[in-house]
Amino acid sequence: MSAGTTATGPNRKRTQINWFKYSSPQTFFPLAAKLAPWFGAAAALLCLAGLYISFFVAPTDAQQGDAYRIIFIHVPAAWMSMFLYVVMAFWAGAGLVFNTRLSGMMASAIAPSGALMTFIALWTGALWGKPTWGTWWVWDARLTSELILLFLYFGFMALQAAIDDPRRADKAGAVLALTGVVNIPIIYFSVQWWNTLHQGSSVSMKSAPTMAATMFAGMIVMALGFWMYSIAVTLLRVRCIILERERRSDWVAQYARTLK
Amino acid sequence: MNWASWNDFFAMGGYALYVWGSFGVTLVLMVMEMLLLILRKRSLFGQLRRTLGARRVAQ
Repeated sequence: MSAGTTATGPNRKRTQINWFKYSSPQTFFPLAAKLAPWFGAAAALLCLAGLYISFFVAPTDAQQGDAYRIIFIHVPAAWMSMFLYVVMAFWAGAGLVFNTRLSGMMASAIAPSGALMTFIALWTGALWGKPTWGTWWVWDARLTSELILLFLYFGFMALQAAIDDPRRADKAGAVLALTGVVNIPIIYFSVQWWNTLHQGSSVSMKSAPTMAATMFAGMIVMALGFWMYSIAVTLLRVRCIILERERRSDWVAQYARTLK
Repeated sequence: MNWASWNDFFAMGGYALYVWGSFGVTLVLMVMEMLLLILRKRSLFGQLRRTLGARRVAQ
């Protein structure tokens, strides 16, 4: 809607963006192809810059030595694991409400990347825990709730894979995804609510980060890189899912004719 | 600069296993995810071409 227009009635002019245009798989398919390389390039540049800061700019930690450098992938991966779950649940919920096909495809496209980020967070956490805590794993609230997140991703994918009709698979998956959202604040606040071996957050919205500025910068740049990577991979995957689900449609047949 | 030499860099102050185990596995997994998606797309395109060819033959 254009700002400042007060005219009403049949004669009013307004520019409207049709937000639903790209909610159809057919129109989103070429858009995803155009966007993916840009997000991929941004991811590569940010991750390279992040790696440079992680190893050559950020100083060695006084207490943890160089083992702390794991933070530069552990924290971004953990953030993305939670963020991707919320985005996945959002698309799944949008699919339930609006009954749009693309929403369910987006949710399905995000799940494997979310599971990967969760696995990376757990894996790097174990490798960080061994030298600093003396153990690979403890059943404390933060670690356990993050493990449950991994199982939620697996459960979502397994449920969808078990149902032949994709539209019904979307609906069943959406209910599971939306229910699982309750786990996200549990993970986030676990270090405040319970006594955990896992440290509290070094970064919060309320106060300055309790870490050196270069360490903080490295973490943020890597997190942005992981974010761009997740978008690029999700776009690539949603293109595959679109083709798989719509392969019998006319537009895919038309598209196939343009392939060499 | 944090490192006196490349050896110093690879040793990671004695935490090489943990640091490189984290960064290495993450890199491998991310590259694998990308490659698997490219292969998945290629095989889909191949299938589309074959079904198109089959339709042309049938017509």
